[in-house]
Amino acid sequence: MSVNEQSVGRVYPPTAPYVVSAAKIREFAEAVGAGDPAHVDPAAARALGYRDVIAPPTFAVLIAQQCDAQFVADPQMGVDFSRVVHGQQTFVHHRPLTAGDEVIGVLHVDAVKVVAGNAMVTTRTELTVAGEPVCTSTSMLVVRGEQP
Amino acid sequence: MTAIRRAADVAKGDLLPERVLHVDRAMLVRYAGASLDRNPIHWDERFARSVGLPDVIAHGMFTMGAAASLLTEWVGDPGRVARYTTKFVGPVVVPHDTGAEVVLGGKVTAVDPDTREVTVELSAVCDGAKVLGRALATVVLD
Repeated sequence: MSVNEQSVGRVYPPTAPYVVSAAKIREFAEAVGAGDPAHVDPAAARALGYRDVIAPPTFAVLIAQQCDAQFVADPQMGVDFSRVVHGQQTFVHHRPLTAGDEVIGVLHVDAVKVVAGNAMVTTRTELTVAGEPVCTSTSMLVVRGEQP
Repeated sequence: MTAIRRAADVAKGDLLPERVLHVDRAMLVRYAGASLDRNPIHWDERFARSVGLPDVIAHGMFTMGAAASLLTEWVGDPGRVARYTTKFVGPVVVPHDTGAEVVLGGKVTAVDPDTREVTVELSAVCDGAKVLGRALATVVLD
């Protein structure tokens, strides 16, 4: 089954709020070797002008991939999860995600391109907090075709 | 408190200090938990092989995240990254016994003295092959 090319332009409903916690920021920072004290020490974060501890720049993928799950799980899309490979990733940040943020994600399907049996799907997740844009995460996923 | 790097002190061609990262299965399990990306290709070699991979591979986002850590420590404020993009061009294969070695680095490719925006091209190399391709970050310095 191949990826549905008619899905370009589809916009999924906003997700339930994801609440960014200091504990998750610490866990994520440790997992990617981010040693800056602003990830774990509220005083260090405030000294840099932030309200509370801030997330590393790629933390947003955690929320974006939960949004992508709507698309991967959508039976109309025809995606076999075990054949999905991450091809490309872009973040545009308006400000760092901060502990206490209640983040809502809206997933857009921007492009579907089939090349040599592989489908390249570009999804964009717009993350907002209280209506203000905080991050745009764009992912290109390669859905590998079945080998002949 | 560490000082935040100033755009006036940065020039095109400047190199970020290199970091050699030893990657093992435990780190991938930890990243899987932290990121909620629980795809078994990143921790179960039988599953990885069943879908045509040579062995367990690291999450692309693990390497992208590790390269970001190199960058933000150089900047002195992890909240200054305005844009960060990469292609995933090669896997980090992580055998059970030996793990893998990833060399992280970066080079300043543009400095705008008016906006204090600095562009850094980050690199991650495993076994002589590129893991990240066209990994470009824009940071706003002091």
